[in-house]
Amino acid sequence: MKPKALILFTTGTNRDGDVAVAFEQAGAQTKIRPLIDLRTSEQNWQDYQILVIPGGFSYADALGAGKLLALDLNSYFKDQIQDFVSAGKPVIGICNGFQALVKAGILPGNNLSAGKPQATLTFNQIGHFECRWVQLRPSSQTCLWTRDLKSDINCPVAHGEGNFQVADDQILDKLQQSDQIALTYLNQNGQLANGEYPYNPNGSCLDIAGICNPSGNVLGLMPHPEDHIFEFQNPNRLHRKNNSGLALFVNGVSHATQS
Amino acid sequence: MGSGSNQVYRFVVQSINPNDPRSVNYLKDASFLGYTDVTQILCHDLYFLRGFLTEAQLNEITNQLLHDPLTQKIEWTTLTDTLIKQENEETDGGRIEVALRPGVTDAVAEQIQRAAQLINTYDINAASTGQRFVVKGENLSPEKLHQLAKRLLTNDVIQRYTLGSIFPSFPEDARASESVEMIKIRGISEKSLLRVSQEHRAALNLEEMLVIQDYCEKENRDLTDVEFEMIAQTWSEHCVHKTFKANVQVQPNKNQHHVFPHTYTNLFNQTIRAATNKINKPWVLSAFKDNAGIIEFGPDFELSFKVETHNHPSAIEPFGGANTGIGGVIRDVIGVSAKPIAATDVLCFGPLEQNLSSLPDGVLHPRRIASGVIAGIEDYGNKMGIPTVNGAVYYDAGYTANPLVFCGCVGLAPRDSHPRQIISGDRIIVLGGRTGRDGLRGATFSSMTMDAQTGEVSGASVQIGAPIVEKGLVDVLMEARDQKLYHAITDCGAGGLSSAVGEMASTCGGEVQLANVTLKYPGLAPWEIWLSEAQERMVIAVPAENIPTLQKICDRYAVELTDIGEFNSTGRLIVYYRDQVVLNLENHFLHEGLPQRKLNAVIRTPDYYPGKAVLQAYPTQQAGKTLLNLLAHPNITSKEKVIRVYDHEVQGGTVVKPLTGPACDGPSDGAVIKPVSVDGEYAFVLSAGLNPEYGKVDAYVMTINVIDEAVRNAVCCGADPERIAILDNFCWGDPNRPETMGDLVQAAQACYDGALRYGTPFISGKDSFNNEYLGSDGQRHAIPPTLLISAIGVLPSWRESLTMDLKEAGNLLYLVGYFEPRFGGSHHNLTSEPIQEGMPLCHPNTPAVYACFYQANQAKLIQSAHDLSEGGLSVCAAEMAMAGRLGLTLTLDDDMWYRWCFAETAGCILVEVSPANQVEFESKFEGLPIQQVGLVTPEPFFQVNTSKATPIKFSISTLLAAWKDQIFPEELP
Repeated sequence: MKPKALILFTTGTNRDGDVAVAFEQAGAQTKIRPLIDLRTSEQNWQDYQILVIPGGFSYADALGAGKLLALDLNSYFKDQIQDFVSAGKPVIGICNGFQALVKAGILPGNNLSAGKPQATLTFNQIGHFECRWVQLRPSSQTCLWTRDLKSDINCPVAHGEGNFQVADDQILDKLQQSDQIALTYLNQNGQLANGEYPYNPNGSCLDIAGICNPSGNVLGLMPHPEDHIFEFQNPNRLHRKNNSGLALFVNGVSHATQS
Repeated sequence: MGSGSNQVYRFVVQSINPNDPRSVNYLKDASFLGYTDVTQILCHDLYFLRGFLTEAQLNEITNQLLHDPLTQKIEWTTLTDTLIKQENEETDGGRIEVALRPGVTDAVAEQIQRAAQLINTYDINAASTGQRFVVKGENLSPEKLHQLAKRLLTNDVIQRYTLGSIFPSFPEDARASESVEMIKIRGISEKSLLRVSQEHRAALNLEEMLVIQDYCEKENRDLTDVEFEMIAQTWSEHCVHKTFKANVQVQPNKNQHHVFPHTYTNLFNQTIRAATNKINKPWVLSAFKDNAGIIEFGPDFELSFKVETHNHPSAIEPFGGANTGIGGVIRDVIGVSAKPIAATDVLCFGPLEQNLSSLPDGVLHPRRIASGVIAGIEDYGNKMGIPTVNGAVYYDAGYTANPLVFCGCVGLAPRDSHPRQIISGDRIIVLGGRTGRDGLRGATFSSMTMDAQTGEVSGASVQIGAPIVEKGLVDVLMEARDQKLYHAITDCGAGGLSSAVGEMASTCGGEVQLANVTLKYPGLAPWEIWLSEAQERMVIAVPAENIPTLQKICDRYAVELTDIGEFNSTGRLIVYYRDQVVLNLENHFLHEGLPQRKLNAVIRTPDYYPGKAVLQAYPTQQAGKTLLNLLAHPNITSKEKVIRVYDHEVQGGTVVKPLTGPACDGPSDGAVIKPVSVDGEYAFVLSAGLNPEYGKVDAYVMTINVIDEAVRNAVCCGADPERIAILDNFCWGDPNRPETMGDLVQAAQACYDGALRYGTPFISGKDSFNNEYLGSDGQRHAIPPTLLISAIGVLPSWRESLTMDLKEAGNLLYLVGYFEPRFGGSHHNLTSEPIQEGMPLCHPNTPAVYACFYQANQAKLIQSAHDLSEGGLSVCAAEMAMAGRLGLTLTLDDDMWYRWCFAETAGCILVEVSPANQVEFESKFEGLPIQQVGLVTPEPFFQVNTSKATPIKFSISTLLAAWKDQIFPEELP
């Protein structure tokens, strides 16, 4: 039986279709569900084994990217999401989904300073939206999505607010200690970008492109591996591995199958 | 204001980092405009809530909603007149606050209200947003701050500002009567008729007014304002293209190089439409009858394509103008029941370095127009989740007062899924945004010449878009289409409901109840409801029994559905406002009554015959500098900074990206898309051709050359030349001037000749006239005759797509095509001492070259290809070398190398071929002009050799510095 992925959709979501195709390629069934629908329907989230918050501009990014979607999640679906996370089921938030997970306090999820936000995704250092291909290193063995991934991933970023920052250094230490830094930006030589633009496209601290929660089942990332699951999407077929985004989804799906 | 039980609360949010990017950018712009005394501009956000809140509630909203505590600070206060007065007395002067004018769409405010209800049940009845600028520096007199506010920080068309604290407007402050006015038409003089047209900004001429008068006599009554406004919109240039449908008398010119008929009885039918009919390609599914042209795509799908202009709105409010331009063209594609899957944009601006004081009165600086337009496209395309994949940016002094914004959109639909048959009894359903006073009289506004007052009086013509609302329309309508819930669909564009419902009812009839239309705020007069160009609305014809199902879909996506009436078979359109009949017009009069215009055309003679070369000595000493100057020219320089603010990857189908090569920075000739949802390897190409520099000289030759350029760009990306369709977008001056009309006749005739030559049918098009600006000095500022040809071509497989970056050292470079370089109209002549001669002609046998090129590519004999355009062979070769980060040597004729490097040609492609394929490649082009001109080299140098010397040699990094950043080596070789 193929695992089922629940893809949340709300006003302004626009990479739901891309991520659905990626999960299907990785062997899952997918269902895109508008939040309004989920609020009014009786259907249980327990029917799903994977939870996906896709990219887009939920509520037009008003008041900060992901902020109002986070408010929706916390206001209407707190229990369902809590159940999903604590059951260890795979959860992924990409781009706007990552922003929402951070602003809802689900990521980094370290309970360091109760109630106070630990991290944010703020405006890119260059000051505007940018779309470009980046090189990513899967760097966490705790994160079930990146565990055992041998190859780097190349895929596009497309965001204006992807600059990952934390409230204090203690949080960074904690992220490193508990192996929560799941994906980092690399330069053209395959080394950490070390903050250098455009390899680190937004100015994120420690070149962080994605982080997971301490138990490793919830991943948030700014880049779009769902837009590199086919050979034809690769702008550099001569020099870079094809479909390198797919492995991440295969990992998530295989964990859902096991659990 | 601020009285009664309602309180107004003000929240000020500022960045903790004083060097936040937004503030830094404002400072940069201020310094560019010459305000070098300004040392800092801090930009804060203002939010205003009206209602009654406890302190605890205010803190809750502050903490949970309005700011990011890691990066921002926030403070709130209760705003009263006394406080404003007090603050304004205490201020040190360097503070400017800005708020939106009443009625301007404020999407953030709507979200705040929605979200605030989510956190708690607050007593909030209105929200509004604004900005505060804290300006620091020397000598900041109030006068200077006013200047700064007007020129940089605000736009009077949509915003108001004050030095000090501002009190916000809330939506319902906009009020008008709900009354209907009768306009006397019968029995008034010709002069009075013209006055009526002018007072309503109707852009109708005397002949048209007289036809309206006749109709009134016949119907034995005058017109309501609703009726008159609807006629003006329906008969506007924008909606019916009266210039192109005109009867044109052509005054021949003895010296012209091409013979034109003396009379066109209908210019459009005899040229552009005639070409499509004659070419008669079976894969064209719809041309010039729907909102967008439609072609076959594989066995099961169809592609629709439309390109629109939004020039005048972008001139007075660049962000909103471009924003709603892209929004409008996306709706055209939704209007043929297709899913929008790609966007294009071609932008023409005045020179960015232009001195502020040299601008005509009432004209925004080109820098402001450019940054606003680009941000407007970014905002809409990205938020809709549509990849913006192809475009161009072009600069010419002629566009200073009248920029051009071409927005295109491609749609994908299962074959034959677009219904077009209204059945009497179908309900008239409006989906999407609410109706406000936005964009009134936009169709007639776009049909007039602008002047210094245009911004002031036409403020209402500008709309601000709400892309996520339009995204909801796509989500709802794709489901509704698949479930076959509607019988017909059209978008609300220029003319609003009057145009959408009017067009749909034109073949049957209908009744509308205006009181049912949901409004953004109360108090709109009936004519305003009927004419409003509020964005993000679609009209569909739905059988009554399908409405419950449709309503359910709308609810899932939070899209509003409104039933405003019924289609019938009366042949009349009747509109009610409550019990009152406010419009009752006969379809035949409304849609067929417009008298044909009669226009005169004079054909100009260019100073130098097209194709004519003047032999002379070339300034060969300067060759290196000439190349770098060309690469750095605004029209040739890298457009990476613009391209990257658009998401070109969303939807996952982009195969050839706008930027290509190992460093992802080479300028692609076009984009190739392979839609993920279509099985198999089918892909399509988007490309364009545009050359105003040629347009200034000879509109006929320009048109042939831009059709050739669009086709050639598509072919360079791998398109099958037998499967290319094209679109025309004319931006012209005032057609009442015989010379302007003469240029149009030349271009239209060349559209016919060119389309036939290449076998490329026109499937859609749009024209925009009166692109002129009447300065307060009485001078007319007209744009150069500008024709954008957009091409859409099909490839059997994405694997056959080509890019323009050099692939491997050791490969050979072939110049393919009839190479007849000329300096007339060239970019060489814009950057160096001009060489006066004719402009290049495109050889009639060029299509045979493209056919062979396609065969060679099918046989996998081509590594890369790039078209020769602005800047000629040298720029083309340099771009390929830069994009591939490989060296390149061109070996050229001893006497002609300068001409070969820098003069321009039509119909030519530079092709990279592996030595292993040399023989087979050459054999594909038997009897056609090809020549080996160079070699790809491993050393990263670009050089031009003759048998005696090396007149040009640069490292690739030197070329990149000039092309990307306008940085030149200190000493030129």
